[in-house]
Amino acid sequence: MLNQLFPNVNWEKMWEATYETLYMTTISTIATFVLGLAIGILLFLTSPNQLWANKVANFITGAFVNVFRSIPFIILIILLIPFTKLLLGTIRGTNAALPALIIGAAPFYARMVLIALREIDKGVIEAAKSMGAKTSTIIWKVLIPESFPALLSGITVTAVALVGYTAMAGTIGAGGLGNLAFIDGFQRSRDDVTLMATIIILVIVFIFQFIGDFITSKTDKR
Amino acid sequence: MIELKNISKLYKTKNGEITAVQDVNLTIQPGEIFGIIGYSGAGKSSLIRLLNGLEKPTTGTVVVNGQEISSISGNKLRNARQKISMIFQHFNLLWSRTVEDNIAFPLEIAGVSKEERSKRVKELIDLVGLTGREKSYPSQLSGGQKQRVGIARALANKPEVLLCDEATSALDPETTDQILDLLLDINKRLGLTIVLITHEMHVIRKICNRVAVMEAGHVVEQGEVLNVFQNPQAQITKNFVMQVSGSKESKDSIKQMLVNYPTGKIVKLSFIGTTSGQPVIAQLIKEFNVDVNIVHGNISQTANGPYGTLIVQVDGERKNVEKALKHLDTLEIQTEVIDHA
Ligand SMILES: Nc1ncnc2c1ncn2[C@@H]1O[C@H](COP(=O)(O)OP(=O)(O)OP(=O)(O)O)[C@@H](O)[C@H]1O
Ligand SMILES: [Mg+2]
Repeated sequence: MLNQLFPNVNWEKMWEATYETLYMTTISTIATFVLGLAIGILLFLTSPNQLWANKVANFITGAFVNVFRSIPFIILIILLIPFTKLLLGTIRGTNAALPALIIGAAPFYARMVLIALREIDKGVIEAAKSMGAKTSTIIWKVLIPESFPALLSGITVTAVALVGYTAMAGTIGAGGLGNLAFIDGFQRSRDDVTLMATIIILVIVFIFQFIGDFITSKTDKR
Repeated sequence: MIELKNISKLYKTKNGEITAVQDVNLTIQPGEIFGIIGYSGAGKSSLIRLLNGLEKPTTGTVVVNGQEISSISGNKLRNARQKISMIFQHFNLLWSRTVEDNIAFPLEIAGVSKEERSKRVKELIDLVGLTGREKSYPSQLSGGQKQRVGIARALANKPEVLLCDEATSALDPETTDQILDLLLDINKRLGLTIVLITHEMHVIRKICNRVAVMEAGHVVEQGEVLNVFQNPQAQITKNFVMQVSGSKESKDSIKQMLVNYPTGKIVKLSFIGTTSGQPVIAQLIKEFNVDVNIVHGNISQTANGPYGTLIVQVDGERKNVEKALKHLDTLEIQTEVIDHA
């Protein structure tokens, strides 16, 4: 039945590509979460009237975020080729896509982290200070938990965007469903392959979105 | 316990400097409830935030609990803050934590062990009357209950001083009274010093021993609450006292009285402490053969005893009226003849 509808699909290859896409998305999402959170917190703490208020540090971090956020992803991949080569010794394969994915998504996520942290009631941070809390305590016990639902919905959006990025990275040889759709589907004019790859990507996106929304609503006690 | 010397606080803003507090000298005794009252923008919050080092004074020194808060920083300041707690107008609870975890937060900061923490949290929940709500989140509580959590949290590390910045301003009158009763109870039971900011004279009257009145960054008047009520000096203080003594409306009733009873004398009696228990009016009528009409009456309970004003019209034979007024002077009552009829 499935084979009649999708005569040209090589299922083994399709599953392998699905696995590669999931691999790239998962690893880059986790790394983006950590890196973006760190940058976002730095951006927040160095902004005026905050704990580490510092014009220079804030400007540099902000500029870094804005520059990398503005570069179109496909160009970023090309720009990062020398860096990736230096880091991994190759520019092919799923791992080679990771630096570009992370560097492309982390600044994007850092912005969302900043917005989430700004939503925290200033009074709550002040209350923690008045209790004698150290900055590290404020970060771990106030900033992150208090903005957690927003941080989570932000990372969900980012993960979905990363699925798209992996497809783009696929076209330049990173593997995954994008690669398969491009080489097997588009270049050989096998529309059923492209269609199947698209369906799987959509399913992945829906699952990510569902999990993200579910956890977000579970943690939101406001 | 708390000593402010020559305190000024300037804020530098884009539009120039703002003097929030100027030349303030205050001494607050251990165990007392000290009120600071003033209108919005008077500099009350700026002043109280100097007491736990959330702000540094531009000039002057702040000593709390034997430590010069205005000059310490880092770990020393953080440790000092554990003994100078604060509660807030908008409660400032962590919405991501349950009631018990909110109360445990300052204990975590102080590095108290887990067992100790849960024991202490239980005590505190009992103390503020929140038993049964341990697992609730702040969003599931009423304003009064949230402030109870705020108070429990503030008491967790057994502070010496409790700072209250408009702690009841977001609450309805009924709940305000309950929270004030709780503060009074805590003050008596634990003997901790409370500094409280408000713009409602009612709050001062109900629980404060002493009060300072702030206007445009200055302390314009300070003293025992009863004295300030009975004998306000500055105009702004008089306005605040009017908030609770209701003398604004009585002005109108006096006018009406003068129209209705063009004879006799209108007298304002203010009494404090135990004298309010004396049967003054009955005595006047019986002993001096005069008529006494009550124009306006008001008794308020303060932390240091009752305080009341009574405005009466004393009428009758001139001789008798004069005798009656003389008699009033001999009592521990302030009398003031408001208007000759
Ligand atoms: N961080 C700040 N930067 C600049 N100006 C400030 C700052 N905090 C307070 N001010 C100014 O200082 C003055 C006193 O403010 P403050 O908050 O102490 O008043 P308040 O008596 O607590 O008023 P309210 O009853 O409205 O809380 C105001 O003019 C205010 O604009
Ligand atoms: Mg204020």
